Order: sequence, then C-alpha cells, then structure tokens
Amino acid sequence: MAAVRSASTRLLANRAFLTLCLAATSIAMLVLAILLLAIFVQGWSGLSWDFLTGLPSRKADKAGVFVALMGSLWVCAICGLLALPLGVATAVFLEEFAQKTRFTRIVQTNIMNLAGVPSIVYGILGLTAFARMFGAFGTNVEDAISLGSEESLFFLRIPFGSSVLAGGLTLMLVILPVVIIATQEALRAVPGSLRAGAFALGATRWQTVWGITLPAAVPGIMTGAILAMSRAIGESAPLLVLGGALFVSGAPENLMSDFAVLPLQIYNWASRPQESFHAIAASAIILQLVVLFLFNGIAVFIRQKLQKPLQ
Amino acid sequence: MACIGERPPPLDGFVTSLPTNPHARDLSKLGRPKSVAARVLRERIIVGALATAACFSILVTAAIIVVLAKETIGFFQFDEVSLGEFFGGTEWNPLLGAEKHFGIWPLVAGTLLVTVIAASFALPLGLIAAIYLSEYASPRVRATLKPALEILAGVPTVVYGFFALTAITPLLQRLSPDTFGSYNAMSAGLATGIMILPIVCSLSEDALRAVPRSLRDGAFALGGTRFDVSVKVVVPAALSGIVAAFLLAISRAVGETMIVALAAGGVAQITANPAAEVQTMTAYMVQIFLGDAPAFGVEYKSSYAVAATLFVMTFVLTMIGQYILRRFREEYD
Repeated sequence: MAAVRSASTRLLANRAFLTLCLAATSIAMLVLAILLLAIFVQGWSGLSWDFLTGLPSRKADKAGVFVALMGSLWVCAICGLLALPLGVATAVFLEEFAQKTRFTRIVQTNIMNLAGVPSIVYGILGLTAFARMFGAFGTNVEDAISLGSEESLFFLRIPFGSSVLAGGLTLMLVILPVVIIATQEALRAVPGSLRAGAFALGATRWQTVWGITLPAAVPGIMTGAILAMSRAIGESAPLLVLGGALFVSGAPENLMSDFAVLPLQIYNWASRPQESFHAIAASAIILQLVVLFLFNGIAVFIRQKLQKPLQ
Repeated sequence: MACIGERPPPLDGFVTSLPTNPHARDLSKLGRPKSVAARVLRERIIVGALATAACFSILVTAAIIVVLAKETIGFFQFDEVSLGEFFGGTEWNPLLGAEKHFGIWPLVAGTLLVTVIAASFALPLGLIAAIYLSEYASPRVRATLKPALEILAGVPTVVYGFFALTAITPLLQRLSPDTFGSYNAMSAGLATGIMILPIVCSLSEDALRAVPRSLRDGAFALGGTRFDVSVKVVVPAALSGIVAAFLLAISRAVGETMIVALAAGGVAQITANPAAEVQTMTAYMVQIFLGDAPAFGVEYKSSYAVAATLFVMTFVLTMIGQYILRRFREEYD
C-alpha cells in the first residue's frame, strides 16, 4: 500500500466504490430490462395462434413459425439423445474410472479447449464431416446412397446433406463439452464417503457409480443438461453454416428432411429490411425466450428441490 | 456362469431374512453377477465403453484440425492466393472487383474492433458487478440478481443481434445522427458486450467467492474498509480466476457470429472508427456459406482459411487462460 491515508479519505473511497458498484449493477439490470421491453413492445401484438401454427410465407402478416418450431424440436431431440449419454459417459470415465495419467490430462485440457471453440467452427466441421462426409460419396445429391423410401420415417441417405440428422449431430458437438463439464462438477460434488461406503460393502467401481454416485449426482447432471439443451435451442451459427435452409415448406418428416430452426427463422426475418418482418422476428424471439425461461425455471427448480444435502 | 441370478440355498440355523427396510434399494435388482470372473469381465467392458466415449472428444478436436488444415492447404494451392498475401495483405475483396485480394488483416481488424468495443464495455462493468455481488450484496439481493444474470447468459445470440439492429443502432443514430449508418461496429460491439457481460460477471464472481473468508477477516481486523478488503485483498487473491474469465469472454466475443452478421455490416476494411461498417471473420463465413459464392471455388475455400485463423486465435486465448489458471492459482486451503 502506498501512503497512509486518513480515515475520512478511506471511508469516502469506500462510499464512492459502493456507489460505483450499484451503478454498474443497475446498468447491467437496466440493459436486461430494456432488451426485454424493446422486444415485447415490437413483438407482443404479433403473437397469435395463427402465428404459432402458420407456415412460412413471403408476406410478413401471413408467416408463422410452425415449421421452425418443429425443426427445433427434431434437431434438439437428436442433439440431446446423442450428447447426453456421450457427455455423461465421458465425465464418468474421467471422474470415476481414469487414473490421473498423461492421457486423462490431455483429454481434460482438450475438453476445455473444445468448450472455447467458436460454434461457427463446429458448423464447418458438421458441414464437412456429416453433410458432405468429406466428399467421399461424391458432391451431388444424385450420387447419394439412399436406404429406404423417401416417405418412410426411417429413410436414410449417405451423405446426410443439410438434414435434420446432420443438424442434430452438429449441435451435439457444440454442447458436448458443456454437458461433460457440468456432469464432472456434479460428480465432484458427491462426497467421497459415499463411494468409500459402497467399496467397503464390496461393490465394484461400476456398481458404485451406477448404484450410488450417479443417483446422487442426478440433480446436478440434470441442471447442467437442461442448460446445455437451452444453449442448443438458441444456437444458430453452426446450423447457418450447415445450410439449415431458410425457406422450408413443411415440418420435418424423417431424419433426412430439410429443416429450419427457430433462431434461424429469427435471423432470416431480422436480416430483411422491411419493418413488418422485424415485428414478426420479435414475436418469434418472445417464443424463444419463453422456452428459455421455462428451461431455466426447471433447472432452478431441480437445483432447489431435488438437491439433498449429502454431507 | 449358470449361477447368475440364483440365490444360494438358505443355511439351517442362520438368520436368513432380516427385517427389511421398506425404503432400502433392492440390491438384487441391480442384477449383479455373482462370479468374480463375470464381474471383472463386465467391469472391463464398461470401462472400455466409457473410455471410448472419452476418446470421442479427442476425435472431435482431431477432426476439426484435419478438416481446417486440409481445406486451408487446398485454398493456398489456388493461383490467386499466396501465403505472403494472406498474412501480409491489407485488402480483402474475394467477391467483387476484377482482381481478387485475400489479405486477412481487414477481417482480423474488424473482429478486433468489435471485440475491443465489447471488452471495454463488458470487462470493467462485469468485474465491478461481480465485486458487488460477491462482497457487498446481501443474500437477498444476490438471490434475485444471480438468476437474472443466468437468464442473460442463456439468451440466444441472434436475439442480441436483433436488439443491436432494432434498438442500439437507432439509439446511436438519434444521439449522433450523421455519424452512424444502419450498420456499424459500435452497435455490434455493444451488443456483443451485453452478451459477454454475464460470462465475465458470473465467472469473476465464482473466483472472488472462492477466496477464503479468513483473508477477508484478517484484512478487516487490520482496520480495512470494505473497499480496501475487496479491491486490495480479495481481487488480487482471485486475479488468476478473473483473468481467465476475461480471456474466456474475449474468445467468446472473437467467435461471436450472429450479432456481427446482423449488425456490423459487410465491408472488410481496416479501421478504428467505431461508426464504420466492418466485416468480421465470422460474418465473412456466414456470407460465404449463405451462398454468395459458388461451392468449391477459391472464395468458398477462403472461408476455411478464415475459420482456421479464427480457430487458432480462440485456441491460443483458451490455452493462455488455462495456463494462467494452473500456474498462478493461489491456493489457500
């Protein structure tokens, strides 16, 4: 510390800093309030049942979000079904099974790095690896290998193209590190005494994990999973790169259907110059935020109600 | 392994059934194999499966590097491009004009301008808000502000882009009518700042709260005011965590796509003027992949080179953050 200052100066500094703190925090909250207000003012009047169930249209007053909503549902379902088991398995391996070797340290650092990779880069990976499969099957849609009839629910085409499946896989890459890190934290929060007790009863490592550690960590894992899914629902950059079509006529019918998702639909409308499209973009944002609040609400609820103190 | 699932016959004279606790888990339903060999085998298989899952994350990184490297090398094999021009050139116009130029600097400059605006807004504000939440705020205030922050953190970035376009830009235009056009770096930068604010605040707060209470008590006992304690004791003790939070937020701002694609415009130029229209690396990629360029041409491949540059930038930022966290962490327990 430099010079000794008088008590009054120090108290003044203290007071001034508190004011600064309050100002900074109020600015942050004010920004949130303005953001919500601006969007509600623009979009509230556009919300209606017709908007929810309407198909895309060139006219703003006739356009709806049904196709985008169904697209989001399909893509996020695929993404969740793949990312959650894979992420939890990775975290369980790293926390419960692996010795702290060089290999696990590399995996751990690698996961931290993956969490910092911009989502648009995942989009490029998805485009190259899933949609085109590195060009190994040719570059034209006509060259693609089809399995099953195009109307069937189980229709499959290789390479995947800009399909629901490719979108879900790409989003899976985006949220996988988030799921792994959240699950690791949840597992670390389980007290070691529980594990020790299970081992003392003669349980194997897997029996301990399956019967004791995982059940105790479920609230934490679920909270992390829900937050990861809310990220997936809002993610648009990777799907934009993947070629998530901006004009799709109907909801997806199978894994190979073209798709639009809600954030892409918002981007599409917001990037148009007409004011009328900005208004329906705002309406779609309200829908998106409602889903987000719902997800956050469930996460908070689980954290508060289901998390039993284990110490 | 015929014995799996069979219980051994009860022995005479021993207590064969204990009073059961109705809440206890029925362990027989765990389906555990009885023989040791079967248990070991099952354990091995499960460990193998889990390890495979863990290897998947390595595979993802390898795939990113291979894809970006391969396509970037392909890009440099075109006659129009050279390594020297890419890393030294100050002109980027792959789509318009008779002569194409591929100098990465205008895109990097655009990215940096937006990032600097975002960081100079969000880093101080976020840190001060974190100090307030961690050191000053009552538990009740914290209980309301933390969820609000989490909501801000979860808002999709396209929403911030829309906000920049329809609220921040008009506001800037009203404040200074002749300077700001409908696309400008300032608006995109501020919106990106709003986006990273909760990251900065939440992670810095975690770092501050991890500082043990005894340090604060000691500083208070020496007669420090709350300001002295927070700024001169707690913040320095948590510095590595705060710096790591800053770096993470900056790398998020560098990689942000939707906000700049909506609000920053599409002119790749080197400028420090916040009112100017700029194109960032991510915005260029969006422009290409939205179909402004024929697939497999030089413009198309150029987006992979830009993506590789972006990947390297964020990778370096993350690695520095990791290093600082590991190397400079103050352990007090």
